[in-house]
Amino acid sequence: MIKIVSQKNVFTAGWLLALSALVGTSLMVIVNGHSKPYIAENERQVLLRSLNSVISPDTYTNNILNDVLTVQDKELLGSKEPILVYRARQDTKPIAAALTVIAPNGYNGNIYLLVGIDFSGHITGVRVVKHRETPGLGDAIESKRSNWIESFSKKSLTNPGDAGWKVKRDGGEFDQFTGATITPRAVVGAVHKALIYFKKNRKLIFTIPNVISTNNK
Amino acid sequence: MSDITAKNIITQGLWSKNQALVALLGLCPLLAVSSTAINGLGLGIATMATLIITNSIVALIRNWIRTEIRIPMFVIIIACVVTAIELLMSAHFHDLYLILGIFVPLIVTNCAIIGRAEAFASKNKLIHSALDGLMMGLGFMLVLVTLGIVREIIGYGTVFGNADLMLGEWASVLTITIFDDYNGLLFAILPPGAFMGLAVLIAIKNKIDRVQEARTKVLDGVPVSLEIKNI
Repeated sequence: MIKIVSQKNVFTAGWLLALSALVGTSLMVIVNGHSKPYIAENERQVLLRSLNSVISPDTYTNNILNDVLTVQDKELLGSKEPILVYRARQDTKPIAAALTVIAPNGYNGNIYLLVGIDFSGHITGVRVVKHRETPGLGDAIESKRSNWIESFSKKSLTNPGDAGWKVKRDGGEFDQFTGATITPRAVVGAVHKALIYFKKNRKLIFTIPNVISTNNK
Repeated sequence: MSDITAKNIITQGLWSKNQALVALLGLCPLLAVSSTAINGLGLGIATMATLIITNSIVALIRNWIRTEIRIPMFVIIIACVVTAIELLMSAHFHDLYLILGIFVPLIVTNCAIIGRAEAFASKNKLIHSALDGLMMGLGFMLVLVTLGIVREIIGYGTVFGNADLMLGEWASVLTITIFDDYNGLLFAILPPGAFMGLAVLIAIKNKIDRVQEARTKVLDGVPVSLEIKNI
């Protein structure tokens, strides 16, 4: 069935389409406005949960979500962008810091990590925040899929030494996975560099005042 | 075109016009996400929900949609619904969102949804369109889960692994390890495995259809040689 479309019809159709786009966009604005505060609060809770999984909540008393600074070090923190560091304190005494470092050399792009380091330079915990590694192979770095990530606990720059901060295939201490060496190699490297950065900048990390006071990001 | 009855809609959605096996629509999310049964289930549920909603909306406004601009209208509706689902899920069911959330944006790329809007919902009553959405979605989900099961068994040696991540702690009993001490076959998990798996499923469906067809013809008294049919 072929209809000859008159000019008037084309205009009506155009206006109708524009109107629908307007209605659709307005609906999206409303839904977005409604969900935004909830989403921000949810993300805050998720962040707090993951912070608490790398730094035990019994060890600090401050509001860790609001005690943040940004630092920048392309070589040691894996990104030329500034990254966030959350600080845990007991009253004013520094307890630990959680660094949101990036392992830039994953099998499939960046691996975003949260590395908890106590004041004496020992790892309190590591979690993978975001990654795109091969499902079933590289994703064993996630704490819910295997306990590999726990192998960092209590490690420091002296235990093991520089030579040990590698996967076993490279002569180090940490296990690789069957069929996936690149992913754990990237994570081990990033955690090691985070420790080096922490050692170099420990004083600075705990003395610089907050850059973000009340921010949901 | 066959009559629009509830029974027809059900058989078409689940079998004779199955979006994944017959129409071959929505292959992009299908192949990307069917690496395990649970992932397949997640995308399947999300797709089904979207399909029911978009089909219903399209059926409701079908008399006001002008034919010249129907496709962009469908695109607007689908994009809005998917975005709204994603936002609302993130706001009110955040734990569920953390698991299913990665699947939701994939639904926009599923042409089965626009396909049903065009082929069915724009011509039929609300109730039939909603049922069509449910059944087409269910048919799509069943293929996803089946493909997921096949790939997971070959790839990891398990079925419903990580079910607890999506369904809660109780679901860890669902996980069945078929082969102990299995090293896995990476091929099944990577994209080529998805293509091969889908091809096998389609072949099995076609075989069943042919045997069925031959059998009904024999029953009707028309002799059909299976050998000739199966060339």
